[in-house]
Amino acid sequence: MSLLTIAFTLLFYFAALVLIIGLGLRIRLYAKTPAPLRIPTTPAPLTTAGVVGRMFFEVTLFRSLFKANKWIWIFGWLFHAALLLVLLRHLRYFTDPVWSWVALMQPLGAYAAFVMIAGLAGLWARRFLVDRVRYISSPSDHLMLALLIAIGLSGLGMKYVAATDIVAVKAFFLGLMYFDWQPIPGDPLLMLHLVLVAVLMIIFPFSKLLHAPGMFFAPTRTQPDNAREKRHLPTRAATRQAS
Amino acid sequence: MADFDTPVLKPYPVIPPIEIGSMAHSKPYVAKPDIQGKIGFPGELIDNWQQVAIDKMGELVDNSRALRVFLDSCVKCGACTDKCHYYLGTSDPKNMPVARQDLFRSVYRRYYTAAGKYFPGLVGARDLDQDVLDEWYSYFHQCSQCRRCSVYCPYGIDTAEISMAAREIMDTVGVGQKYCNEIIGKAQTIGNNLGLPQPALLNTLEGLEEDIEDETGVTVRLPLDQHGADILLVTPSADFFAEPHVDGLIGYAKVFHQAGLSWTISSHASEAANFGMFIGSYDNMQVLAQRIREAALELGVKRIVFGECGHAWRVAYNFLNTLAGPFDFLDPNYPMPQHICEVTYDLLQRNALRMDKSANDDKVLTFHDSCNVARASRMGNFEGGQFVIPREVIKASCNHYYDMPSDAIQEATFCCGGGGGLLTDDLIELRVKGSLPRMEALKQAVDDHGVTHMAAICAICKSQFSKILPYYGMEMDQIVSVHQLVSDAIQLGGDH
Repeated sequence: MSLLTIAFTLLFYFAALVLIIGLGLRIRLYAKTPAPLRIPTTPAPLTTAGVVGRMFFEVTLFRSLFKANKWIWIFGWLFHAALLLVLLRHLRYFTDPVWSWVALMQPLGAYAAFVMIAGLAGLWARRFLVDRVRYISSPSDHLMLALLIAIGLSGLGMKYVAATDIVAVKAFFLGLMYFDWQPIPGDPLLMLHLVLVAVLMIIFPFSKLLHAPGMFFAPTRTQPDNAREKRHLPTRAATRQAS
Repeated sequence: MADFDTPVLKPYPVIPPIEIGSMAHSKPYVAKPDIQGKIGFPGELIDNWQQVAIDKMGELVDNSRALRVFLDSCVKCGACTDKCHYYLGTSDPKNMPVARQDLFRSVYRRYYTAAGKYFPGLVGARDLDQDVLDEWYSYFHQCSQCRRCSVYCPYGIDTAEISMAAREIMDTVGVGQKYCNEIIGKAQTIGNNLGLPQPALLNTLEGLEEDIEDETGVTVRLPLDQHGADILLVTPSADFFAEPHVDGLIGYAKVFHQAGLSWTISSHASEAANFGMFIGSYDNMQVLAQRIREAALELGVKRIVFGECGHAWRVAYNFLNTLAGPFDFLDPNYPMPQHICEVTYDLLQRNALRMDKSANDDKVLTFHDSCNVARASRMGNFEGGQFVIPREVIKASCNHYYDMPSDAIQEATFCCGGGGGLLTDDLIELRVKGSLPRMEALKQAVDDHGVTHMAAICAICKSQFSKILPYYGMEMDQIVSVHQLVSDAIQLGGDH
């Protein structure tokens, strides 16, 4: 086995472990941290079923963001929806045989990559063009967008400019999954694409990408509005008594 | 009096370009040692304050899922940047909700995240030093905890939670705000924010009884500390003397009278507002909440009703049961607690009140949704009842009612500019500028519909508008209590 294959094999095991364990620990921490008071942002659903509905529209349609700002909404929603299609398209590298619906949606996933990059570009443009957003942007906010765009462009590069041996790529990833390690093609674009994806996986549990699990734990959105009907039990006691 | 310019009302809302540092000078008076000591905080900045503050931050995050998740989740998308009334009114970018959060988040990242420990410059992490503390004191007292930003944040981040935590950390190291902390001390020892003792209250209520009798010829009681009454009314102490608040209190009394309900005010819990929330202090909030429980038990009441007060209704509706419950000694057939608007609304539904709407024909009304009623609580048994019920009560009391523009009411309502512990004269510039979005919406309703008066159900809103309206060329008496309208329209006595 080549040094390159060993390096990428180790890199992806490492990245996967960091992603899964890091995210798992963070989610456990969110779940275990007490919520001492009822703080739903109202009007809020009165029941848990209602909360599921509220969250469904937040997750799928970015409803609050739609209310807030149409430009951020259109760029942000297009990016996320396209990213989902692109990720689904990539399932073909991890399944054998390829599921039929994954095979069917391949062209859709390819076009989605362009939409994804357009959405990211729109979001990035706002960081330069809107004075308020420019003010709140840190270097890491720019780098995150650069990283995602670079992943998208390197992926598109392999599809339309310098094709790589995707049969070998698939063999490499199936090999990782079944602990039957296979060589990886040494194409520069592929190397770049995969390194950047590994970086994204590694920084996920330590960065603002935590918004993904975080939104499911925001008490403002996930608590039902039922304080009068059901007593929210205190999770801490007063340390000082009334005089 | 003050050396600042009142913003000009524009015909339509404009998002201002940022003006860095334009409100950096705004700071409320710092609490003196005796005020701090009374409510359990150090008198002045302690020696090892940095370490204590950082430890306190960790403790707060460990005990608040909201705080923990909010500090991680922000992606700096910018959705909230034009949502805060203080940003819209001052143009200071640190009044954008995300930037205000970042004052806190930057310190949290430095001490509690790997990214901030090893790459502070990359992720905008900062050491906690005197400059940062000064900035905190300034800008965390430019947030009225109105939650408007939380409506628009794709992740539900509520800047109010972060402001409360920041204030609690500052209190813990000895830097408290005079206005809030002095009031909390009074409420905990005397029973209300104004420090009115029992005899003064009694005197005031008797005076109001005489006023009502003089005006209507009907004897309407305003009982104090009456054992065995069915209802304990807990209302903001401003209702006892300030205009237009007191007209609202008269309205509650007339409603109870007309419906034949037995009720009382308690001198022990003669304050609905709970300023413990403003400084994020669970302990202080609980001390004040317990007084209401004690009064209810002592007087042997069956129900608890809250008067017109915004943040108070949030604490009552969402927190009281947790802080001082369970209230299983009350009549389970009534919500605990109940809002006075709910009481009046129910009575109106049952035709138990005789109303003459023409009594308010000299006015064209609009309604200011108070922020903490709108976005932090509910009325009635359906989602959004807090918007419907007060409006129905107003419409039952007058013939001319119009809403302000839809982007300034209901869940999108703007804070009056004085909420969250900022209703103090040392912050007058902030209060005037922060009320700009509300004033623009009101102006719109005046121009479009000839609105003459704005009704509100919050003591802070009423006091704030009484003070602010003249800055914008309007009259201080254009703000009215909702139950003042009820009071004018209600027909007391038997058949007329």
